[in-house]
Amino acid sequence: MCRLAAITSNEYFSPMENIVALETMKEGHDGSGMGLVLKDLNGEFRELKDYPILSGICSKDGYRKLEDYMQSLGFKEKHMWSPAIRPVKGIEKRDYYFAKVYQYPEEYLDKPWAEKEDLLMKTRIALRKLGEEDESIVVFSFYPDIITIKEVGDPLTLGEFFGLDKSNLKAKIIFAQGRQNTNYAINLYACHPFFIQGYCTMTNGENTAFVPIREFLMSRGFPGYIGYNSDSEVFTHILHYTRRQLGFPLTYYKDIITPLKDTEIEKRPDRDALRLLKASLRMLTIDGPNCVIGFTPDGTCFMVQDSKKLRPGVVGGVKGKYALMSEECGLDRAIPDRDRSKDVFPMKYDMVIVSPGAKEVKVWNQLHG
Amino acid sequence: MEPATWLDHNHQLSLKEFPYIIRWRDDRCKRCGRCTAVCPVKAIEPGIQAQRIVYSEAPTPTPMVTKRIVHVVRQVTDINRYCTGCGTCTLVCPNEAIEPEYNPQHKFLHFKNKGGDAYKRGGRRNDPGTSTLDRLKFTRISMLTDPALDAGRHEFRIRTLLGRILPPEKLPLKDENGKLTLKNDTFIPPVREIYPIMIGSMSVGALSPPMWEGLAMGVAYLNEVMGMPVVMCTGEGGVPPRLLKSRFLKYFIIQIASGYFGWDEIIHALPHMVEDPCAIEIKYGQGAKPGDGGLLMAYKVLKLIANIRGVPMYVDLASPPTHQTKYSIEEAVAKMIQSMSMAWGFRVPVYPKISGTKTARAVLNNLARNPYAAALSIDGEDGGTGAAYNVSMDKMGHPIASNIRECYLDLVKQGKQNELPLIAAGGIGKKGNLAANAAALFMLGASAVSIGKYIMQAAADCFGDEMNRCNLCNTGRCPRGITTQDPKLYRRLDADKVAERVVEVFKAADTELKKIFAPMGRSTELPIGMSDGLSVDDKAIAERLQISYAC
Repeated sequence: MCRLAAITSNEYFSPMENIVALETMKEGHDGSGMGLVLKDLNGEFRELKDYPILSGICSKDGYRKLEDYMQSLGFKEKHMWSPAIRPVKGIEKRDYYFAKVYQYPEEYLDKPWAEKEDLLMKTRIALRKLGEEDESIVVFSFYPDIITIKEVGDPLTLGEFFGLDKSNLKAKIIFAQGRQNTNYAINLYACHPFFIQGYCTMTNGENTAFVPIREFLMSRGFPGYIGYNSDSEVFTHILHYTRRQLGFPLTYYKDIITPLKDTEIEKRPDRDALRLLKASLRMLTIDGPNCVIGFTPDGTCFMVQDSKKLRPGVVGGVKGKYALMSEECGLDRAIPDRDRSKDVFPMKYDMVIVSPGAKEVKVWNQLHG
Repeated sequence: MEPATWLDHNHQLSLKEFPYIIRWRDDRCKRCGRCTAVCPVKAIEPGIQAQRIVYSEAPTPTPMVTKRIVHVVRQVTDINRYCTGCGTCTLVCPNEAIEPEYNPQHKFLHFKNKGGDAYKRGGRRNDPGTSTLDRLKFTRISMLTDPALDAGRHEFRIRTLLGRILPPEKLPLKDENGKLTLKNDTFIPPVREIYPIMIGSMSVGALSPPMWEGLAMGVAYLNEVMGMPVVMCTGEGGVPPRLLKSRFLKYFIIQIASGYFGWDEIIHALPHMVEDPCAIEIKYGQGAKPGDGGLLMAYKVLKLIANIRGVPMYVDLASPPTHQTKYSIEEAVAKMIQSMSMAWGFRVPVYPKISGTKTARAVLNNLARNPYAAALSIDGEDGGTGAAYNVSMDKMGHPIASNIRECYLDLVKQGKQNELPLIAAGGIGKKGNLAANAAALFMLGASAVSIGKYIMQAAADCFGDEMNRCNLCNTGRCPRGITTQDPKLYRRLDADKVAERVVEVFKAADTELKKIFAPMGRSTELPIGMSDGLSVDDKAIAERLQISYAC
């Protein structure tokens, strides 16, 4: 089972906190990769919050191609961060790991945010396609105040490899996932967490309804719904589709992926809407077993379970710092000094929502709406 | 030398030309006459034979010869009275003295055109081979990387939707303080939640009263007692008046076809209806006999049928091959859907049924653009019929598997795979694998499947099979009493038993569906389009259906 460690805090913290939590939850072999998404960044990035950051990995050739392409679009590089790589056994170093901060092309400077957002996504997709065949360019995210790091290997070793223990790279929301070795072909694009236009999720478990969901998303006519090297990427896109494209409140994400039974819908005050949602979005129903942890652009974090609650998952912490973990030992490691009696183990109807700034935890119950 | 007349049997058929040869055992037969009395085609008859018998009665062998006249059961060689292999004779024989045996060398079709009449029959395509549906396997099994579900313990929701489903982008919803509410005055097309296996269109008239009644009772029981929303299509032939005005009408899909039989009565009953029907099916084609209309022979048109259909008694009731008002799909089909929708105030889903064809995608794309089209039902070549030309049944039509798959993938391209449900029919349960065939079709993209022959075989012991056994539905002499209006024949069928079997069939299929879905990790929604769950041991089929090849 893949391990999930998300921490949200009102203070900056190091991704090593997530990585040691992953290590605590580790059982058996675990070298299929780790992914980190950092939101609300500290350090040099604090002054660059309005500028998009391109996170990725390149070969030497790919790096040149990437630079040429970005220049041709009119993006001007303002800053670049690279991890201080320390060679460690078992991790094969690639040529360039980077997070590049850009100024928007001039013609976009005064464009509305939605247009800028679409430009960023289209640029990321174009770069992905540019380097996909020879794996010379791998780009994970291109968005303001977001850095994504992914690599194949054991999470703790990777932390050392990237020098994260000594780095000043910190953030207020960090998601980390450690992949178990159930996939044969290890592809960096298959590493969680997945990110699209401010929305991010990571999941454990297999998605048995993957193919119909993927087909439904890909046929929405939205260029960002591509990839799907992992069956879990659809969870991120469903979140994006629910919130950004359809404009539904966050709790309806739960109603879409795990719709209530008809008799249960009748007891909800918004039953007229739910009935329509259930029919129109039935292709997005998941069947689990899945625990999904995500964040939205405003910094809200959440955890939901499949409708049979087949996976573990726990949310706990103190005011100002909460962790959303796939197992309790990870939570104990991340936030040991907390009132454990207030830990929340979401059941099949629950959506645990941690408000931006880790101010409070709310459990929204799908039965009551 | 014998006279030429004794040897010249030219233009007489030998039994070897017949598809079934009666094996009658002289030593077992007690000459009760049941078999000859019951034979629906009079293929056997009592006869007499002069036999030369050598016997000895003395203490030492003293052979003596005598001639005597004995009674025998004889198969006739008249092509119009060919043995259909139904086996009713075997069924009634007290001594197991008689049974028809299939003759693989027969030349039946060479001769079954006496008087220039092309061979007509009921039944299905005479192809006993394994269909594509039966070659599909479910190969995506959750076990250790993910826990499989428990078919007996977990909750399964085996339901589907019939009706035009709005795309999410067009839902009339607004966000009011974090709650979605409906915007006023927006038309929301009617959608029914039904069980994904439906009973397909078989008319009152084609079916005998106890058969139709048995199916209807079974469906009502499934809905009201078992909580399974199974629906049934009436076929073209009207609806019994009492049913039209009853609350049970909601379990029925009323069919309108090119003959419009019974529709005067249906329209006049509209003000008295206490429930809307489940849906309206407009029949444009039938998988078993594409391009053919319906035909109810005059001798089936008794008083009850005449009343329900609104016609005189004892006249041939021919439905034309095509709707006479139809001159283009854009114009006439849209109008028909519109008119039927309007008749029920746009509260009832209206959808067309076509026979499987290479042109199905053209029809589909037209319907996809018509916001009132509620579904598309496609009936494949393995479907059944009460009466048709043999050539239509055997040689016309399109297999359902690739037809439904290409239509689904076409919808996927347009992003409309959830808007216009596809109903697959024709050959589901051909070899008895009802649930497996249905599940395979769901995974290829069907939202629901429709069954006809299977339920007749399973619920009323229909003799018919793909070896041209029985297939007498068109003659009104159905030996089981399923497709006849002759009270002497249909009294053999007990409507209560049919109903009981219908319930048993659906209950068992429900369990089997769970046993398929559980190990595949699917329980909360029907796995429509879950093509990664399927494999086939033939590369060409795999490529055509865009599923994996496994061997």
